[in-house]
Amino acid sequence: MNAFLLHWTFAIPEIWVLSMACVVLLADLYLGERLRDVAPVLTVLTLLGAAVLTFFEIGQSGTAFAGQLILDPFTNVAELFSYLAVLMVVLYSRRYLMDRGIYRGEIYVLLLFALLGVMVMVSGGSLLSIYLGLELLALSQYALVAFHRDSLSATEAGLKYFVLGALASGLLLYGMSLLYGLTGTLDVRHIAAALVNVNSSNLILVFALVFIVAGIAFKLGAAPFHMWLPDVYQGAPTVVTTFLASAPKIGAFALIVRLLIDGGYGMLESWQQIFIALTLVSLVVGNLIAIAQQNLKRMLAYSTVGHVGFLSLGIVAGTAAGFASAFFYTIVYVLMSLAGFGMILLLSRAGFEAERIDDFKGLAQRKPWYAFLMLIIMFSMAGVPPTVGFYAKLAVFQAVIAAGYVWLAVIGVLLAVIGAFYYLRVVKVMFFDAPDPDVDFENAPIVRDDLASATLSMNSLALLVLGIVPGPLMAFCFYAMQGVI
Amino acid sequence: MNAQLLSYSIWVPIVGGLLVLAVGDRRAQLARWLALLVSLLAFAITIPLYTGFDTHTAAMQFSERVAWIPSLNIYYHLGVDGISLWFVLLTSFLTVLVVISSWRNVQTRVAQFMAAFLIMEGMMIGVFCALDAILFYVFWEAMLIPMFLIIGVWGGPRRVYATIKFFLYTFLGSVLMLVALLYLYFHSDHSFDLLVYQHTPLGMTAQILIFIAFFVAFAVKIPMWPVHTWLPDAHVEAPTAGSVVLAAIMLKMGAYGFLRLSLPIVPDASHKLAWLMILLSLIAIIYVALVAIVQEDMKKLVAYSSIAHMGFVTLGFFVFDSVAIEGSIIQMLSHGFISAAMFLCIGVLYDRMHTRNIRAYGGVANVMPIFAALMMLFAMGNVGLPGTSGFVGEFMVVLGTYQMHPWAAILAATGLITGASYTLWLFKRAIFGGIVHPEVAALKDLDLREILVLGTLAAFTLLLGVWPAPFLDIVHSSVQHLVAQIAVSKIPA
Repeated sequence: MNAFLLHWTFAIPEIWVLSMACVVLLADLYLGERLRDVAPVLTVLTLLGAAVLTFFEIGQSGTAFAGQLILDPFTNVAELFSYLAVLMVVLYSRRYLMDRGIYRGEIYVLLLFALLGVMVMVSGGSLLSIYLGLELLALSQYALVAFHRDSLSATEAGLKYFVLGALASGLLLYGMSLLYGLTGTLDVRHIAAALVNVNSSNLILVFALVFIVAGIAFKLGAAPFHMWLPDVYQGAPTVVTTFLASAPKIGAFALIVRLLIDGGYGMLESWQQIFIALTLVSLVVGNLIAIAQQNLKRMLAYSTVGHVGFLSLGIVAGTAAGFASAFFYTIVYVLMSLAGFGMILLLSRAGFEAERIDDFKGLAQRKPWYAFLMLIIMFSMAGVPPTVGFYAKLAVFQAVIAAGYVWLAVIGVLLAVIGAFYYLRVVKVMFFDAPDPDVDFENAPIVRDDLASATLSMNSLALLVLGIVPGPLMAFCFYAMQGVI
Repeated sequence: MNAQLLSYSIWVPIVGGLLVLAVGDRRAQLARWLALLVSLLAFAITIPLYTGFDTHTAAMQFSERVAWIPSLNIYYHLGVDGISLWFVLLTSFLTVLVVISSWRNVQTRVAQFMAAFLIMEGMMIGVFCALDAILFYVFWEAMLIPMFLIIGVWGGPRRVYATIKFFLYTFLGSVLMLVALLYLYFHSDHSFDLLVYQHTPLGMTAQILIFIAFFVAFAVKIPMWPVHTWLPDAHVEAPTAGSVVLAAIMLKMGAYGFLRLSLPIVPDASHKLAWLMILLSLIAIIYVALVAIVQEDMKKLVAYSSIAHMGFVTLGFFVFDSVAIEGSIIQMLSHGFISAAMFLCIGVLYDRMHTRNIRAYGGVANVMPIFAALMMLFAMGNVGLPGTSGFVGEFMVVLGTYQMHPWAAILAATGLITGASYTLWLFKRAIFGGIVHPEVAALKDLDLREILVLGTLAAFTLLLGVWPAPFLDIVHSSVQHLVAQIAVSKIPA
């Protein structure tokens, strides 16, 4: 195969998703009135097709388009998980969107464009392509958050997200420009080579790193750059929140992999210090403020901050095993938040969001199966075995202890105990409290939604099954990171 | 079959529990029978462990070892020795009794209740069999979930407070143990094998830090003074069956942790900090026993008496004498029978009167003679009367302690007197005397089911008291090995 063709083959999944996003848009335009399901069905097909295409790429590696795209195990694995995350969002979404009158094709098109953004970030090999991917993702997200135009809170969240997101993108871009000025190249691998000759106390380099890390921290949702997170998570339609907490986190993790590890591994000691601070602040802020929340979406938003703190422990470790465990944590986090927000949107109905913790009162008596699933989700988030959340924490603690930061691990486990409290509170209201006497459950039943219910059952049981046999998933994540560094 | 005996012991109850869960609360009677069947089957599976056990070796028996999480070098590694065997059997045996005893007094969400106990049984057996640190930790923590629900759903009025306190206390205790286990991983050539840890050389500072991390986890679970405060709350609010499992098995796990992890892995730190452990044990024996005397609530009284009895157990460990350690193990076993029986007796009274306040009773012996006779036996066992199992363990501990620390032995012996005072005083006020309250006059004596449960426990209490030799035979080689192991310093030269 000649070199020109090889370049294109590396980009086949991206090209496929882009073309299909356009097809979905057109199909919805012409058929959407008659066949309302055309957009989601085509989206599912797109994702399955992309998965097949990516699957055939596994094992290959290299760069394409003069280093714009990198193909390595991380690209493949991260893309596969992104498809999975978007697939789950699509499966969850149907009835929720219908109930609110926003079951329209555009939302699926936006999801596909956002996914494309994540894919470009994951496979981006130069500052330019990475930034393009990031902006494609971010713009789709702004539109998604504000998608429910009639909802005041969604519009407000959209605007807030846009203003702060633009600021963060600006920070990242500024950091990138400094890096470019310093090294004279956009290719992350060339940057890594050029940085060997740069003194680590070089002021411009320090500035570049600080700006880049701040931008990444914003996208990840690490404290103190987490301010947008609770408002956006709460304000956005729950389907969108479910998405925000899934594939974009993989994208944000890809920023770390491409910019800091592929590009800046030589400067590990410099940015490691910043990450230690981010980790500590995220752990404390996320876990402590979550206790005070009455709104479940807000609580999960703060718990996200806490989870980011935990996964950063793996980054702090600065070893191959550490990065792999952080990636494992990210994937587990994505699975857990898909299930958590999936539960909220499953219990919601037209005109009612099951987003207050009190809305879960007595769920064990009304719907024992859902309560059981939520039990698994909550214990998994708390990191109690035998759920997969435990192994995620185990892996990062192990990495951070291996790197010699026993004290960080001790702080981490203590905050995990504090975190357990607010997850337990959800279990408590579900199992120990009686259903709210003020609510007339005869007239407000849990709406039957077989598709979302089956998806949620699979999703939550996966947390348990992966907790009993975590080996393969962990091995897969370790495989993904073996090409990095 | 024989090769995977331990796996069957763990997974049969768990799978059986899931089946019971699937039966559903609407078919309560079916759920009960299925639960009974599963628990009997699980008990039957553990019996060959006893009959096939080789008492001449301290090595792990019935071992299984399969790679579980290869990325982190974690194995599914099981095995029993003389120290753990009895606890496996105790767990499977008591679960049968728990299922029978909850036959009628649990009427809400029956299937979930039975399932929780069966799943917990599997996990508790897992703790006693696990030889991989992470596997041990997984069972150790996972067990909290069913207990959390048992207390929270079927408990008394303050159940939510009690169960969250129970969960957070034990969770906090165990996370530090996790850090210690991970630290050991990196100092033992990247292994999570508990048996490898036993041969890992460690400096004094590291040993002391690890000891403290272990200590927090196990002391909370036993519980030792001053981290015992969750136990009376949890016991008072838990349903009878929950109290039985809590007192008879869960408390033993903390003590088992000392034997399996602390003593062999960090022997030098154990020696260095033995004074502290002996001091805390003595405080538990003397001070907590005094607290028990003034309790009005019968369950609380027995809860405090459990803490005092576990004080003897920890005292026996930290004199590093084989007689004392064997005594401690017998004491744990005996406490497993007696505390279970005491809580069941209180449960019998509570089912009939719906109060546990001692003042509400008096003269029960007049209307419930069979019950009074059985409870008398257990009360005597609790006191440590010769002929009951309570005597053997405490005697051996005091005997072993006397050789090393005479004063500690003398102080501990006073605990026997306070033990007698609170138990006998409780018995006198509640069971003897004339009938004061008309409700007591209407009490009915034990039915056949209750006689079966309490009678079985009574038989074991007497058997262990009169003829402890078969119990000690199993324990002996392993304890000898352990004592020899502790005597060797692990500090690298």
